[in-house]
Amino acid sequence: MYTASFFQDPDFIRSLYIVAFAMFIYALHEMNHPRTARRGNMIGAVGMAIAVIATLLIDSVGDYGLIALGVVIGTAVGVPAARSVKMTAMPQMVALFNGVGGGAVALISWADYRESLGHGGNPALDTLIPILFAAIIGSVSFWGSNIAFGKLQEILPGRPIQLPGQQFINGALLLTCIGSAVAIASGTESEGLFILILVAAAVLGNMFVLPIGGADMPVVISLLNAFTGLSAAAAGLALDNVALIVAGMLVGASGSILTMQMAEAMNRSVANIFKGGFGGGGTAPAAGADGEEKPVRSTDAADVAIQLAYAQKVVVAPGYGLAVAQAQHTVRELADALEKRGVEVRYAIHPVAGRMPGHMNVLLAEADVPYDHLKEMDEINPEFPQTDVALVIGANDVTNPAARDVPDSPIYGMPILDVDKAAAVIVLKRSMNTGFAGIDNPLFYAENTSLLFGDAKESVQKVLKALEDL
Amino acid sequence: MDLLTELTILVLAAFVGFEVISKVPNTLHTPLMSATNAIHGIVLLGGLYLIGPAEGFLNNLLCVIAIAFGTINVVGGFLVTDRMLHMFRRRD
Repeated sequence: MYTASFFQDPDFIRSLYIVAFAMFIYALHEMNHPRTARRGNMIGAVGMAIAVIATLLIDSVGDYGLIALGVVIGTAVGVPAARSVKMTAMPQMVALFNGVGGGAVALISWADYRESLGHGGNPALDTLIPILFAAIIGSVSFWGSNIAFGKLQEILPGRPIQLPGQQFINGALLLTCIGSAVAIASGTESEGLFILILVAAAVLGNMFVLPIGGADMPVVISLLNAFTGLSAAAAGLALDNVALIVAGMLVGASGSILTMQMAEAMNRSVANIFKGGFGGGGTAPAAGADGEEKPVRSTDAADVAIQLAYAQKVVVAPGYGLAVAQAQHTVRELADALEKRGVEVRYAIHPVAGRMPGHMNVLLAEADVPYDHLKEMDEINPEFPQTDVALVIGANDVTNPAARDVPDSPIYGMPILDVDKAAAVIVLKRSMNTGFAGIDNPLFYAENTSLLFGDAKESVQKVLKALEDL
Repeated sequence: MDLLTELTILVLAAFVGFEVISKVPNTLHTPLMSATNAIHGIVLLGGLYLIGPAEGFLNNLLCVIAIAFGTINVVGGFLVTDRMLHMFRRRD
């Protein structure tokens, strides 16, 4: 008897898995407040270390050279990426991370099936069914996430890409996956059929993200997050690993909640979003329903500076344009200058502003804006009537009063930031192009609205300069 | 473990997940997503299980890639989440 045998006891190892998943749950619990979230993340990391060490203790786990190779490659890619990624690029990063997770699940399911075939045929159904499920969802998630990454990174066009008969093709691909899975589950032993599942799911993953436009990305990323989690949970069922089951399901639950919240914030069903065609890059010139140009009031930086300087309360409504222009630091400087003059500055954050859940919050946190100045939609909306100036920076559809007032508008019913109720509205915009939804915004033509054209960062810099010269 | 026990755990985990995560404020949704990215990196355990008994070049290759992918998730995910959460602070 040597001491190592105790550590290799399967019950000891299973106990470690229980400790690990308990730490994951606690880690997510700690994410309920910015004060404790960082500690929560560290607890999660320790839980993960425990799960990995427990697995390495298992007798049958070997080939340490190859394991080290995989870990070294993963670390060499993951660490520099995590250290250097810009906060404006977080949506791409999360899409990519969703993708590699799904990819890992797909590869594991394939390796597991090959192993079984090499040892006498199909595994028992309670292993086989989760393997097949993991293969389909993992492959969809990997390829779908890659497409989402490509769109966010602007390698692929952000506008919806649609093929004729897309829904028919998607249906056929899904049937291929399910049909082949049923064939294998009912006794066919064929690696070819398994690869067909992986490939059909891969094409399906591509096809289902391609038709989705930029503004719908928060929903897509959340859903892919849920898929990756569920595929990991399925892999856990196949491998009889309780830590994998629980961790995967937690991620699946998280992604599902975010998907529902994002869809609700757009007043659209998830099914409707995946039909696509909506939310592409709009380039139509602003025109009323009658097709005539309507007058807008354009302003300059000096006027904006005066309006802001003599306000008591200013609310900033940021959108994707702020991220594109990397304007978060300049906006914070402007807010500092205003606060020195006794102006109260708050930020109004719409749940789908930006390209992923919480995108704006992270950008503003990076610029050192205290998180208690960031107000959620329901909290800030009653405050707009008492606001002197609402400063809209690179946001469009989330401030469109048509969603509230015009029943035949395509975005009618979507909850919006009521910036139009402020005494004055200043909109920073690159041009008169419509937003991603391609829908005209009556806010721009309102009596109390003036527009400052130009790149968001340059415009804010000019206003800041003008403010200092007052 | 038999499948029904595992499904029991799965369903309970789903409800626990819904309860815990619905309390995460909007402002932390991006760090939440990157933390969950890190957590689903746990699939690397699958690669660890399978690589020992794996025979043949392709099986080993699949496992090494899966381990590398899982490690990217785990290491990259926890690091980038920490970087983000470090930035969230109150006004002093």
